[in-house]
Amino acid sequence: MRWFWIDRFLEFQSGKYAKAVKNISLAEDHLHDHFPGYPVMPNSLVVEGLAQTGGLLVCQYTGFQEKVILAKIPRVVFHFEARPGDTLIYSATVENVTEDGAMVKATSRLGDRIQAEMEVVFAYLDGQFQDKMLFDPVVLQHMMRILRVYEVGCDAEGKPLGLPPALAVPPAGT
Amino acid sequence: MPTKEEIFEKIREALVEALGVDEEEVTPEATLVGDLGAESIDFLDIVFRLEKAFDIKIPRGELFPEDVLTNPEYVQDGRVTEAGLAELRRRVPFIDLTEFEKNPVVQDFANILTVADMCRFVETKVEVAG
Repeated sequence: MRWFWIDRFLEFQSGKYAKAVKNISLAEDHLHDHFPGYPVMPNSLVVEGLAQTGGLLVCQYTGFQEKVILAKIPRVVFHFEARPGDTLIYSATVENVTEDGAMVKATSRLGDRIQAEMEVVFAYLDGQFQDKMLFDPVVLQHMMRILRVYEVGCDAEGKPLGLPPALAVPPAGT
Repeated sequence: MPTKEEIFEKIREALVEALGVDEEEVTPEATLVGDLGAESIDFLDIVFRLEKAFDIKIPRGELFPEDVLTNPEYVQDGRVTEAGLAELRRRVPFIDLTEFEKNPVVQDFANILTVADMCRFVETKVEVAG
């Protein structure tokens, strides 16, 4: 599945803050339908990109042990349309984490202008879903690597992020 | 150290932001579910905001005693037993249970929590001025 709505992480401080970049390209098919002759980035996909920035931040903080789902967007405001050729910078800050989920505030910026602002609530699925898998660990590991989290990420002490045990994949044939 | 009025104002602000309701709708008597339209996921949002606004921690089950309401020891045929009511009085003394006790159907419990109950809960977690 190619459901990537950010291109890479620029910063990733475990449990605190992440910054990601989204380059909008006219090569993206959906822009030709949204709208014919007037391509603009759908706001819903900006929301998805901001949620991926914040959601992976929360997932990583839990050591990928929790099943993190987007539960609610209490607030989102768009200030202007993002268009092909624009480079959006998404920032996500963890406001609060509890045993049940996390609250994240996120912004999308184009240069020094704020394009969108959002609050998002993530919930951890509880016991009744313990035996269900949302993401294959291999797919998640692949996603984190493609987005270069392990190139820029650091933990609370500023040390480089290592691959969490939950994502460690045994070598083929074992 | 906040006054009771300041606690109410902060709770009102949290509920306006979490539930998208108007300030005037958030009165002490308003019930969160029935009057303000809160759904289950909103309570997670509200807890996040209360924790931040008052710099407190609200462990699971402290504001909403789900474990009591799902415990067969305290619930029979969808109703909270006498022992269950005693446990609720002990666990959530800030909630006015007067009406609920008359017909303690479990699924009605979520509808009884009012803004005033929530204020009393926060008052147990912070030092109140005056």
